[in-house]
Amino acid sequence: MNDPTFSQARRAKRPQWLRVFGVPIVIGVLSLAGLLSALLAGDPGRYFSWFGVGLPVAIAAWTYWRNS
Amino acid sequence: MKARTARIWSVIHTWTSLISTVFLLLLCLTGLPLIFHHEIDDALGYSPKMDARAPGASKLSLDAISAAALADHPGNVMLYMGWDKDEPWMVSTFTNKTVTSDPQTTVVKAFDAYTARPVGLLGTGPMLVMLRLHTDMYLGLPGKWFMGLMGFVFMVAIVSGLVLYWPFTRRLDFAAIRKQKSRRIWWLDWHNLLGVITVVWALVVGGTGVLNAYAELLLGVWQRNELTAIAAPYAGQPTPAKLASLDTVLGNAMKATPGMEPAFVAFPGTPFTSTHHFAVFLRGDTPLTSRMVKPVLLDGETGAVSSTSDLPIYLKAVLVSQPLHFGDYGGMPLKIIWALLTVFTIIVLGSGLYLYIARRRKQGRQPRAVAEASIVAEAS
Repeated sequence: MNDPTFSQARRAKRPQWLRVFGVPIVIGVLSLAGLLSALLAGDPGRYFSWFGVGLPVAIAAWTYWRNS
Repeated sequence: MKARTARIWSVIHTWTSLISTVFLLLLCLTGLPLIFHHEIDDALGYSPKMDARAPGASKLSLDAISAAALADHPGNVMLYMGWDKDEPWMVSTFTNKTVTSDPQTTVVKAFDAYTARPVGLLGTGPMLVMLRLHTDMYLGLPGKWFMGLMGFVFMVAIVSGLVLYWPFTRRLDFAAIRKQKSRRIWWLDWHNLLGVITVVWALVVGGTGVLNAYAELLLGVWQRNELTAIAAPYAGQPTPAKLASLDTVLGNAMKATPGMEPAFVAFPGTPFTSTHHFAVFLRGDTPLTSRMVKPVLLDGETGAVSSTSDLPIYLKAVLVSQPLHFGDYGGMPLKIIWALLTVFTIIVLGSGLYLYIARRRKQGRQPRAVAEASIVAEAS
């Protein structure tokens, strides 16, 4: 995974906008789904909201842990 | 993105952020404890305690509760009476000198529904201080509108930040934190990462906050249009001197809206109704319908139902936006996540300020043209 040539080869396949905004778009959609699900979908919606809205917390924690 | 475009967005991001940062820090720092205001009030002893009562006792009439509230504050009149979904034993009463007195002087007191004895003031203590600092900085409506404006400026800062995310990270992997470079770059990477992963949440909380800051204006529109029309047949008549029995009013309202339970009743002359009507606001039992209250207007003297229209869409929007601002609709885990995302926002604000100062220091040591070129180089 950390091999630079592999990483570059993987990069080249995807358009640049997707590489930059792909993950943020997925996080954004899941966040929004989580914000609304607790309001609209009862108990299952509430459980999903913890995942969707909590995703940024998990990503920040993972990034911090990976870099320390 | 062209260098010139990046520079324009950079100026927008810098200035909208600089203008709103101090107020946003205040909003975040006061909002943090407000997420847990229920738990904090409980822990600090600011929550009403159930009165001791005989076993098998039944609830007293609402007129008895109302009489008890007025006896507790002689000379006051009733403004509202409310019922908490989670505390069915308790009735909240709102009284003041007149129905149009300054809302900040309204006495909000809880009464035990079974004994009609006062069981504590509501909305006092440190959480009230936090709430006032959060909503209007003790400046009343102008303070609220100012905070709403700062919220809007913050949203422009968020959007411009999202635009700048592209030139600043397009050569990097997602969530790349460059350690080997300077401290400034390390903070820039964290600023970009925390900013972009919280962007939807921040826009939702910011947008709903702005909407709530202007809620009174929207309530005023409803009053001037729909309430005035409903009260038109009573034009020229004095406000009812003798009000209908509250129990009659509530009973009629519930008959008109099967399956719903009362959230609160507004007395004639208060901002939530006309000068001649009681307004009973009823709620459903899901997270959504419990917020989207339905008003029933009843004649102040007879308690007969005058109208059961739905709230207009703009007031429904305010009501639905409230949980999305408070984060109180998904249990304790969601509240904790809300708090952590607020902490992330504080870090984004703080690192943004640091990055601005650090960049200015760096630019101070080099000629202007070089400094401008460096922003563009950094961003491309």
